[in-house]
Amino acid sequence: MNETRFNPLALARAFLRPIDPILLLLLGVLLASAHVLMQSASPERVDSQLTHFAVALAGMWLLAWLKPQRLLSLAVPLYVLGVLLLVAVDLFGEVSKGAQRWLDLGVARIQPSELMKIAMPLMLAWFFQQRENQTRFLDFVVAGLLLVVPIGLILIQPDLGTSLLVAASGLYVIFFAGLSWKLIIPVVVAGVIGLGSIVAFGDTLCQPEVDWQVLREYQKQRVCTLLDPTRDPLGKGFHIIQSTIAIGSGGLMGKGWMDGTQTHLAFLPERHTDFIFAVLAEEFGLVGAIALLCVYALLLLRGLHIAANAPTHASRLLAGAITMIFFTYAFVNMGMVSGILPVVGVPLPFISYGGTALVTLCLGIGILMSIQRSRFADKT
Amino acid sequence: MTEFRTPAVELARFRRRVVVAALFVLVCLGLLAARFHFLQVQRHDYFLTRAEDNRIALLPVVPHRGTIVDRQGVVLARNYATYTLEIMPSEVRDLEGTLAELASLVPIEPRDLRRFRKLFEESRNFESVPVRSRLTDEEVARVVAQRYRLPGVDVRARLLRDYPQGTTASHVVGYIGRINERDVERIEERGETANYRGTLHMGKAGLEQSYETELHGITGVEQVEVNASGRAVRALSHTPASSGNDLELTLDIELQRVAETAFGERRGALVAIEPATGGVLALVSMPTYDPNLFVDGISTQDWRALNESPDHPLLHRAIYSTYPPGSTYKPFMALAGLETGKRTARQAIRDIGYFNFGGHRFMDDKIGGHGTVDLHKSIVVSCNTYYYQLANDLGIEGIAGFMAPFGFGERTGIDLPGEATGVLPSPEWKRSRFRKPEQQRWYAGETISVGIGQGYNAFTPLQLANAMAALVNDGKLFRPHVVKYVVDSRTGERRAVEPEPLREIPLQQAHLKSVLDAMVDVNKSGTGRRAFQGAPYSVGGKTGTAQVFSLRGQRYVEKNVRERLRDHSWFVAYAPAENPKIALAVLVENGGFGSQSAAPIARQVIDYYLLNQRAGAPAPEDEDASESVDADTGIEGAVLDGAALPALPPSSPQSPPPSPAPPAQPAVGTMAPVPPARSAR
Repeated sequence: MNETRFNPLALARAFLRPIDPILLLLLGVLLASAHVLMQSASPERVDSQLTHFAVALAGMWLLAWLKPQRLLSLAVPLYVLGVLLLVAVDLFGEVSKGAQRWLDLGVARIQPSELMKIAMPLMLAWFFQQRENQTRFLDFVVAGLLLVVPIGLILIQPDLGTSLLVAASGLYVIFFAGLSWKLIIPVVVAGVIGLGSIVAFGDTLCQPEVDWQVLREYQKQRVCTLLDPTRDPLGKGFHIIQSTIAIGSGGLMGKGWMDGTQTHLAFLPERHTDFIFAVLAEEFGLVGAIALLCVYALLLLRGLHIAANAPTHASRLLAGAITMIFFTYAFVNMGMVSGILPVVGVPLPFISYGGTALVTLCLGIGILMSIQRSRFADKT
Repeated sequence: MTEFRTPAVELARFRRRVVVAALFVLVCLGLLAARFHFLQVQRHDYFLTRAEDNRIALLPVVPHRGTIVDRQGVVLARNYATYTLEIMPSEVRDLEGTLAELASLVPIEPRDLRRFRKLFEESRNFESVPVRSRLTDEEVARVVAQRYRLPGVDVRARLLRDYPQGTTASHVVGYIGRINERDVERIEERGETANYRGTLHMGKAGLEQSYETELHGITGVEQVEVNASGRAVRALSHTPASSGNDLELTLDIELQRVAETAFGERRGALVAIEPATGGVLALVSMPTYDPNLFVDGISTQDWRALNESPDHPLLHRAIYSTYPPGSTYKPFMALAGLETGKRTARQAIRDIGYFNFGGHRFMDDKIGGHGTVDLHKSIVVSCNTYYYQLANDLGIEGIAGFMAPFGFGERTGIDLPGEATGVLPSPEWKRSRFRKPEQQRWYAGETISVGIGQGYNAFTPLQLANAMAALVNDGKLFRPHVVKYVVDSRTGERRAVEPEPLREIPLQQAHLKSVLDAMVDVNKSGTGRRAFQGAPYSVGGKTGTAQVFSLRGQRYVEKNVRERLRDHSWFVAYAPAENPKIALAVLVENGGFGSQSAAPIARQVIDYYLLNQRAGAPAPEDEDASESVDADTGIEGAVLDGAALPALPPSSPQSPPPSPAPPAQPAVGTMAPVPPARSAR
């Protein structure tokens, strides 16, 4: 690099140096599809969507420049800040749609639980970095505690969707850190049996007089509605019924862009946010849906590839966890829209409308890029 | 948990976990792909149908109800456009707020609100629900000016039913009312549910009820694309509605009005029939009511007033109330005597003022009797004794056997709902009517009072008028009908409701002539002479008095009897005698002797019909002189038409009588055996 001579090409190369071309390409495909779908689902939001793209890409680029070590050194302060903000939300937060999620700082309203989605895997990755090569069972207990505190704070807001995502982000780190299969398998088996029995005994459990103790009424309703959407076809079941109609009526090739009747006659609720996948499936059919699955699969495999080749223990854990968070978003969202998972407020990653979520996700991509780049610089 | 591990081991373990994660990811995405395949390929047809159901709504296009006009073309029932204030359920956000806001703009009665809430609950999301009808122009302006801040509120033009004649002929025309749950069931039974989608009203009484199928029309369909909030986005297809068929009646509304006016405040019924066709010219039941009250749902107050009035204005006396015919029965009895050979016209009896039967005296009206009485005189002076004897000679079976073909005690089959059967007494009838054996037995004494039209006899004015028409029509009995033509709304074709002879009673001309000549003399020198004094046409008639109350042998003195227990006044007539164009029966409840109340009404009606004259005064310079001219020509034409008129179509609806609600008073006197029958002039 010659600093005295002005060389536009070199400058551009320098500018793009931290960028992983494969990730960028896949991200570009996703954002382009988001843009195309938004024109059909909610044309009036197209402009602000572009603004979100700009901000999110800038954030990604900044993080891609940042070295992973620098980022990890921020883990503890970010985590502490996040927890404090969550406490503040529970004490002073604004109530919106029956939940206390927002904190008004005067300048902007922020949703601290969103911060936790990054801070949590960062914190745990940092923690396991400290215990590298000497990880003991007790460490997992400590990690578990670090995980439980913010999740508890988010749960009492209440926000089931976000707490599940934050929990997942932490659990992925713990999984990659090497938690014994002896512990993982029983938990997974118990979970499967639990879910299985809910499905099997859904009718009795969903009687109005049954109190579920651990879950709030609205969460119980969501689960019950999933089990049988027709129990409330105009209320809570409406979303799932209409989205499965949209998907199913799309058929193999779809009804064509801008020609989805469910979308354009407003039968599909939340079609620009959580249910945008149904717009895709209605207008582009099974072909479009499978194409999207393929793009996601490539993105996730690329992320896992980066994790597998990351230079440090912490960056491996971080990259693996971030990738799996992307997966969780995508799977839970599409599962919910197609009616195999309950309706939890999880957006379709990179595609649903919403600035905060997009920025968070692109920051994650930025971190992956940063880790990918660091394998040459800081090989241990 | 290994406590010490080398980075290499750690890395290997991590990579194994990454592979597991990758497999997990691929399995899960595969699961989604399978789900999409299931939804989009295997169940595609089902979901496509669901999506189409979502977006396509079939909106009914309600047909215009057919109109009803009289034989002159005067409108009796029509539709008129009115502005209604309506709310579209799918678009209104704050219903209570909106209603309160509307109430501040236009007056909304509590009953409007009650009705609205009921309809609102039953409504489909995309069918707008009326809050108030008949908005004035000013009210329309006020609502429209504020509509921008009242989502879901709209002012629409709707057709309402209107009965411009008001109370005149209301029992014949009937009325429409909102469709209730019972109607819905009946519509379902007829398999017409689809055709009634969107229809709010249907006929509830009179012709509106009996010709419901003709009047309603065929509902059209508009296929529209709707969005999730139920608003129609665009029309996909449109099948227009076919208006209901119009009805042209045999009824002459001016004649009807003359008759109703002639009744004044009195209660009663009048039936005028064209003998040659069975077409009903006037069908009066007094008092009447205003059918317009029912159109938009009758208010509790009005309903109570109509329902609780001791005069029972809703009762259709002409076809549903039954009364003993009194002496109007005598011409029929006389004919029975002649036809059965029990009497000849010349044969005379001596009337000494009573008829002795089994030690009991059946009194004549005239103290000391009428002296020598033959058939002619027996009708002209209305001699009871003659008929006591005749009845005894004929026997109850003989009387019933002769009278039945005239339609006494059987429904005439008129094209109106709710006709009563009446009672033609016979031993057989008595056996089925009563339960106790001693009541079931027929006593010979009972035959005697039946002979002068009292006792168990109970006929509707319509039966009597129709029997009268048959008598002057050489025994040809028609099914009376009010509708002359059904006018097809699409083709304009006029389907005639053909006169249908129910039967032809074989009668000898000479016998008929004896009876009819006597009836003409009734109005010349007999009991009807005062009423028909100076009539420029020849007219046959017979007075009658139906007992309401038995005095148990005491003499009947009108002023001593409470008004409601006074005798009913009857008069039957036909004119012109040489070629009858009108036959009628008049009944005035508690009107006293037939000559007193009923005969003068008959005179006015016949005067108007034959001479086009209003009561007493020569009419041409009336305020409605022009109509009178029309009416005049109409009559001529009608009679000529009538000869060629054909019979009721088989589809013509015949409804059974509505509820077993007892007739107001009429049947009273009929149930008690009244051996000492009093006068009957």
